[in-house]
Amino acid sequence: MNTSPPSAAATATSETPLVSVRDLRTWFELRQWGFVRVGSVRAVDGVNFTLKRGEAVAFVGESGCGKSSLARTLLGLHQPTAGVVEFEGRSMASLNSRELLDYRARVGYVQQDPYGALPPFMDVRRILREPLIIHGIRNRAEQERRIRKVLEETRLSPPDEYLPKFPHMLSGGQQQRVVIARALILEPSMIIADEPVSMLDASVRVEILSLLRRIQTSHELTLAFITHDLSTVRHFAERIFVMYAGRIVESAPVEELLNHPQHPYTHALLAALADPDPDNALREREVPSGEAPSLLNPPSGCRFHPRCPHAMSGVCDVDDPPDFEPRRGHISSCWLHR
Amino acid sequence: MASTPLLSVEDLKLHYRSSRGVVKAVDGLSFDIQRNEALVVLGESGCGKSSLAKTLLRILPRNVHHCSGRVMLDGTDIMALDEERFRRDVRWLRIAMVMQASMNALNPVVRVGEQVAEPLRVLRKWDRQRAMRKAAEVFELVGISTDFLQRYPFELSGGMRQRVVLAMALITDPELVILDEPTSALDVLTQASIMNVLKRIKRERGTSFMLITHDVATSSEIADRVALMYAGQLVEISTAGEFFRHPAHPYSKLLMASVPRLRQEQRPAHIPGQPPNLLAPPDGCRFADRCPSRFQRCAEDPKMFRLGYRRQVRCWLFAEGGKRP
Repeated sequence: MNTSPPSAAATATSETPLVSVRDLRTWFELRQWGFVRVGSVRAVDGVNFTLKRGEAVAFVGESGCGKSSLARTLLGLHQPTAGVVEFEGRSMASLNSRELLDYRARVGYVQQDPYGALPPFMDVRRILREPLIIHGIRNRAEQERRIRKVLEETRLSPPDEYLPKFPHMLSGGQQQRVVIARALILEPSMIIADEPVSMLDASVRVEILSLLRRIQTSHELTLAFITHDLSTVRHFAERIFVMYAGRIVESAPVEELLNHPQHPYTHALLAALADPDPDNALREREVPSGEAPSLLNPPSGCRFHPRCPHAMSGVCDVDDPPDFEPRRGHISSCWLHR
Repeated sequence: MASTPLLSVEDLKLHYRSSRGVVKAVDGLSFDIQRNEALVVLGESGCGKSSLAKTLLRILPRNVHHCSGRVMLDGTDIMALDEERFRRDVRWLRIAMVMQASMNALNPVVRVGEQVAEPLRVLRKWDRQRAMRKAAEVFELVGISTDFLQRYPFELSGGMRQRVVLAMALITDPELVILDEPTSALDVLTQASIMNVLKRIKRERGTSFMLITHDVATSSEIADRVALMYAGQLVEISTAGEFFRHPAHPYSKLLMASVPRLRQEQRPAHIPGQPPNLLAPPDGCRFADRCPSRFQRCAEDPKMFRLGYRRQVRCWLFAEGGKRP
């Protein structure tokens, strides 16, 4: 695997991926009484992927699989323990604080809980001005122009109706639109959306996801969409990464992954998901036994092997499975493809 | 054979007092649940579905303005019982409930086994040993190892804690269990295994369920019948087969079309507009504002029209001589 340090002079062309992540590890040290080290929670533990410009991808996994830690590492909110994150060919570790500020303007963040993400004491105008002030756009007319533009884009129109409102005066869907507007206002090249609709009502979810997708296509943004809900992914992403216990176990274009799942964990996820159908009540679903492993002390070998119906003793419980490519463009880390 | 239903609700109303006026959270519901039947109550947040559950169990907040209607449990009107009789004979013994997010409301300093056994010790006055034996039994029923009886809530995962609160509702062998969003905070695999547990309990013990949820796909895992609520009222009540395959009410149709599906090309569509304010619900049909098939008659309040066996729809399209779509 290529882990040589990237040259800082590498220039960004349209050929280079927007984001390239190699062997990324984000561990959280666990201490007792504040100073005795008891181990590390390996939230992200050896993740590799690249994201192209203008691509919408989804990271899918259950809670505790490390998908939010991955998002926060990409945003520069967590220091990676090891590995490289490159943005437009430059390693994030090499950025100084000015450049890091600049980086944060290029990457927008849409949080899970819109009400928690918006300061309750600011009105919408102030919330949207804040990033502009921080990033040095001080001209009032320019600020106002940009604020109105993003409000129109997120369908909060007429803007005058929303500008003086405080977060608690808006519905959940409108709050999430403000969060999206704030992520867009610095004209980023990438948006990371961490479970953007899980706190919203079912009827609003599709609306917000369509909005994100529309903005992503019209601005040619890269959208990294983090979710636990495979059924929405089909319509709002082009590629899926399935995560389990801190690792990516399978990745492929959406239709390919849904129609030809390779990894036993992906099989289990798909089998557990219901479409509304009265016949569901007649049969029980197959669910792998046990629960996701502790990230403090993950199982040896393949992390899914204790729950896997196809586990081969002497192989799966001993060695980490490498990435196989059982079908074109379809990566799965499972010894079954050996 | 048309036997008396286990639960039959007639014209149930629950209005709350608030600083801005009266909120009509539940506004004239009528339905029934047969023995060993699972009724799913579907609806968006704020449509009154949790208030319905609270009214049935009489666990109401202080700001109730008006509460009326008849609730017959196996032929006796439990709304007419005085509070003490209701507490001693009905609540938890005949109708139990798994409340929304209750898995996070377990007492952190009491072992889960003791918490599960508590209803029997308090309501049936069983001694500790006997109650714990029964707790071990229900633990096995919901799929937790009996070793976990001695654990504290923080030692259990979310899925396990959800099973614990389910065990707590089942320990008194109630005839009806109300489940308020039992799986919405859980992961896909855990969700599926909890639904498996519910199916097995229904099959093996003949328990009736009322499942309250906004999750259409998961609700189909157990539904025998579906009741769809909108703005405090029922808009459609159908068998699961009819509801999921051929929804009748315009709202049911839009709701079904908004569900993202894994195995279908069709892109989910969203329902434009917002539900009405329950402080001042509109005259006439409450869905009219958002309805694509609205016509003049929708200005009048529609009633529930019968549409075949055990199917009712609150929409003028289905009135006698109405223009059925």
